[in-house]
Amino acid sequence: MDWMAWTWPTAIFFMVIASLLITFTVLAIKFPETPRRGVLGMETTRGDRLFITLLGSAFINLGWLGLVGAGQPYALIVCLIYAAAVFRWV
Amino acid sequence: MNKTVNQKAWFLVLPVLLLVAFSAVIPLMTVVNYSVQDTFGQNQFFWAGLEWFEEMLASDRMWNALGRQLMFSGIILAIEIPLGIFVALNMPKSGFWSSFCLVVMSLPLLIPWNVVGTIWQIFGRVDIGLLGYTLDKMGISYNYTQDIFAAWATVVVMDVWHWTSLVALLAFAGLKSIPDAYYQAAKIDQASRWKVFRFIELPKMAGVLMIAILLRFMDSFMIYTEPFVVTGGGPGNATTLLSIDLVKMALGQFDLGPAAAFSLMYFLVILLISWVFYTVMTTLDNKGG
Repeated sequence: MDWMAWTWPTAIFFMVIASLLITFTVLAIKFPETPRRGVLGMETTRGDRLFITLLGSAFINLGWLGLVGAGQPYALIVCLIYAAAVFRWV
Repeated sequence: MNKTVNQKAWFLVLPVLLLVAFSAVIPLMTVVNYSVQDTFGQNQFFWAGLEWFEEMLASDRMWNALGRQLMFSGIILAIEIPLGIFVALNMPKSGFWSSFCLVVMSLPLLIPWNVVGTIWQIFGRVDIGLLGYTLDKMGISYNYTQDIFAAWATVVVMDVWHWTSLVALLAFAGLKSIPDAYYQAAKIDQASRWKVFRFIELPKMAGVLMIAILLRFMDSFMIYTEPFVVTGGGPGNATTLLSIDLVKMALGQFDLGPAAAFSLMYFLVILLISWVFYTVMTTLDNKGG
């Protein structure tokens, strides 16, 4: 695994994403759901909303880094608010 | 939709998942690892944090490449979509000539990218290329290795030559699916040719045109081989599009950290577009057309 140049922060990053994926897979199997139509006018499942959350969070983090530049962890607070909004309304 | 979703079927794609993990996910993870570190070779890495992302976000080089990229995609879409529709509208609707046109128009789509690049690279040369030679003899100054406008024109025309057929074929498929009754009704109402296009053909083609726009946008946004073969990104940086710049940075300069940060941002944009593409496609499918 040496050639992959692992670091702890990136390892934790991927572990969080992997555990999110596993959690949502288990959720989807245990509690099958009906897709719903939200503010974007398209049908989404929990998995879709997770994807929208993760992708949006990446852009929020980049935006914060480019525009604010300091206190990167605070961007995660914005991401959490965004995630809550996505799971509530999308 | 009252159907419940059964997610268990996903386990059937496990073999594919393993293959993709090997060929795409693990390399992508490595890129993420590179993006937060610095290296001087020999597989020795030093923690750099978010430095490369900060540097890239503030780098004129990346923004300029993105600007050129968006301009390129914008120009080719503005030409290929109307041109494709125009060609489709004027194609024979049935019979031998219809099939003939379809086959002839598919030909450019079958040519590999680097061959297309080579064809145009030679075609545009002033000394041995038909296009370059003719233009030169007509007294028009044309040299894609030195003149920015000529370089852009060549790359754009090459893409139009290569991909307008795709738009035309998609638009043609859309046109073919319109029942004759619509045209008859329009005739009874004495609708003009423009009104027939605007209120019958265009709405009926909207779905396939959406697919054409997204396909062409995504493809042109990732274009590498053709401009690389023709202009190599030059003159200067004039046709250095995103992927060309990325390769220069990663392989030419061996700046793995900044290039990794750059490619992750590039990847995110592509991922976003792909998601939009997928969403539009599935929404169209659910509507049944």
